[in-house]
Amino acid sequence: MGLKNNLHQLKEKYKGTKMAPAFNAIHTFLYTPNETTHSGGHIRMADDLKRTMNTVIMAMVPCLIFGMFNAGYQHFNALGTPVDFLSMDAFLIGLKKILPLVIISYGVGLAVEFIFAMIKGHEVEEGYLVSGMLIPLIVPVDIPLWMLAVAVIFGVVIGKEVFGGTGMNILNPALTVRAFLFFAYPTWMSGDKVWVHGAVERANQMAAGQDVDAISGETILGSLAQNNAPGYDVADMFFGFIPGSVGETSTLLILLGGLFLIFTKIGSWRIMLSATLGALVMGLIFNGVVNAGWITESSKFYGLMSTEFWHHLIIGGFAFGVVFMATDPVTASQTNKGKWIYGFLIGFISILIRVFNPAYPEGVMLAILLMNVFAPTIDHYVLQGNIKRRMKRLKLKTA
Amino acid sequence: MGLLSKKDSKLILDPLADNNPITIQVLGICSALAITAQLKASVVMTVSVLFVLGVGNVVISLMRNIIPSKIRIIVQLVVVATLVIIVDQVLKAFSYELSKTLSVFVGLIITNCIIMGRFEAFALGNGPWKSFLDGIGNALGYGVILIIVGFFRELLGSGTLWGYKVLGDPIAKTGLYALGYENNGFMLLSPMALITVGIIIWIQRSRNKALIEEN
Repeated sequence: MGLKNNLHQLKEKYKGTKMAPAFNAIHTFLYTPNETTHSGGHIRMADDLKRTMNTVIMAMVPCLIFGMFNAGYQHFNALGTPVDFLSMDAFLIGLKKILPLVIISYGVGLAVEFIFAMIKGHEVEEGYLVSGMLIPLIVPVDIPLWMLAVAVIFGVVIGKEVFGGTGMNILNPALTVRAFLFFAYPTWMSGDKVWVHGAVERANQMAAGQDVDAISGETILGSLAQNNAPGYDVADMFFGFIPGSVGETSTLLILLGGLFLIFTKIGSWRIMLSATLGALVMGLIFNGVVNAGWITESSKFYGLMSTEFWHHLIIGGFAFGVVFMATDPVTASQTNKGKWIYGFLIGFISILIRVFNPAYPEGVMLAILLMNVFAPTIDHYVLQGNIKRRMKRLKLKTA
Repeated sequence: MGLLSKKDSKLILDPLADNNPITIQVLGICSALAITAQLKASVVMTVSVLFVLGVGNVVISLMRNIIPSKIRIIVQLVVVATLVIIVDQVLKAFSYELSKTLSVFVGLIITNCIIMGRFEAFALGNGPWKSFLDGIGNALGYGVILIIVGFFRELLGSGTLWGYKVLGDPIAKTGLYALGYENNGFMLLSPMALITVGIIIWIQRSRNKALIEEN
C-alpha cells in the first residue's frame, strides 16, 4: 500500500499544477483510479481504455517474442552457421537488437505524450500503449535507433497530437511512423540487406575491402518482385521462419492474436474477414490474368502476379497489418456496413500496390493509410444511405 | 523608420507576420510547396515575386482611374504577364541552371493568387507609393515563409545550404555523417513542405491566439 498512498499524496500535492497530468498518468497506469464520473449517463463495465489497450498488447506479445527468436535464427542462417530456432543463442541476439527498439519506441513516444499533456493541461491518454508496441514490430531489425526516435516524434506529433490526441487522429500513428521511415530513409526500409541482422554491416565491411562473404536476406516479396522464386516453402511462410520486419513474419501467431482480439470483442471480425476477401479477390484476378496468357514471363509483374492467390495472405506484412492496424477503432470505419467496404478495399488495394509497385513491394501499409483517410467518407455515405432508406419507408407508411 | 509614416510601415510589416499571405491567407501555396527544396530557388523566387508585385502594384495603381472596371482582370493579367516574362528572360539569360530548376514556376507567378489579390484588393484603390509599399510587404511576407521552408528542407533533406555541404559529405562520411546521420529523403518531397508550412502556421497561431478562427 505504500506506493499507492504516496502516489495519492503526490497527486493531491501537484493538483492544479502543470505537472498534474504526469502524476495522474503514473497513478492511473499502476492502479485503478479512485475517482468516478459524476454527471451524465454511464454504462458501468470493467472494460476501460487501459484494459482495451492491454488486451491488444497481450495479443501482440507472442509476435514480439517470436520476432526475437526469428531475428537470431535468420542472422545465424545467413552467416551459414544455422542454430535451432528455439535456441538461447538465437533469442539473445534478437533480445539485444529488439529490446532497444521497444525501449526507444515507448520512451520517446510517451515523453512526447507527457509533454503535450502538460502543455495542454489534459490527462495523458493510454492510446500510445498500443502504438508503442506496434512500432518495433513493423520495422526492420537493424534500423538505427535515432531514426526510429525521429520517426516516433513525427508520428506522435503530426499523426496524432495535432489532431487533438488519442481518439481524434485520422491516420494510424504506428503506420505514420513506418511511412515516415519508408519515405525518409528508403535505404533502411527496403532492399535485400535490412531484413536480417548484420547484413548491412557486412555489406559495409565488403565495401571497405575486407574479405568476408556477403549475406543477404531477401524477403519473399522482394524476390518475387524480381521474378525469382523464393527459397521458402509454404510451411515456412505460415509459421514465420522467413526474413521480414520484426513481428510480422509468423502468420500463425498473428492469426492466434487475431482470434484473441475477436474473442475479446476488441478487434472487428468484419474488417479482418473483408480484408482477407479483398486480397483473395485481387489475387484471383491477377491469377486469372496470368492463366489467360495476357502476361508473359518476361513481364516484370509476372513473379507477383503468378503467385498463388492465397499465398498473398501469408507473405509480407499483410496479415499483421489487417489484424492489428486495419482494425484500429479510431481510424477505421465506425458503421458495420462501412467496415465491410473499408476492409475489402484495404485487402484489394494492398495486393494491387504489391504487384504494381515492384520498387517497394509492400502495399498493406499504404493501403491502410489510404483507407484511413477515406473511412469518414465511407461512414458518411453509409449513414446518408440509411437515412434515405428510412425516409422512404416513412413516406410509404404515411402516404 | 523616419522615412515612412506609421501607416506606411504598417503596410510593409503587417504581411510579414499577422497578415502573412501564406500562413494566414493561405495563398500562393502551390509554388511554396514546389520550389522550396533548395534555399537558392526559394530566394530567387522571392526576388522575382518582389519585382513583379512591387512594379505591378505601382503600374496598376497609376492606371487605376482609366481601367474600365469590366475588363480590369484582363488588364491586370497583361501587366503581370509582361512582368513575369521579363523575369523569366532575365533568369534564362543570367542564370540558366536556376531557371531550369524553377521550370514552369516562374511562368506560373502569373497565376499566383497573391499578385492578383493585391492588385484587386489594394492597388485599384490606393495611390502608387502606398501600393508599392503594399506590394513589397506582401512579397516579403511570401518570401519569408519560402525562405524558412527552403532552409529546413535543404538542410534536412540534402544536408546542404545554398549548395554548400554544411553537415559534411554523405559519400565520404565526414562531419555528421561519420556518426551515422543520414539525409531525410522525405524532406525533398512536397508533402513534407506542406507539413513544414503547417508547423509554421501552428507556431504562429500558438504565439498569437488572436489569429485562431472560431469554428
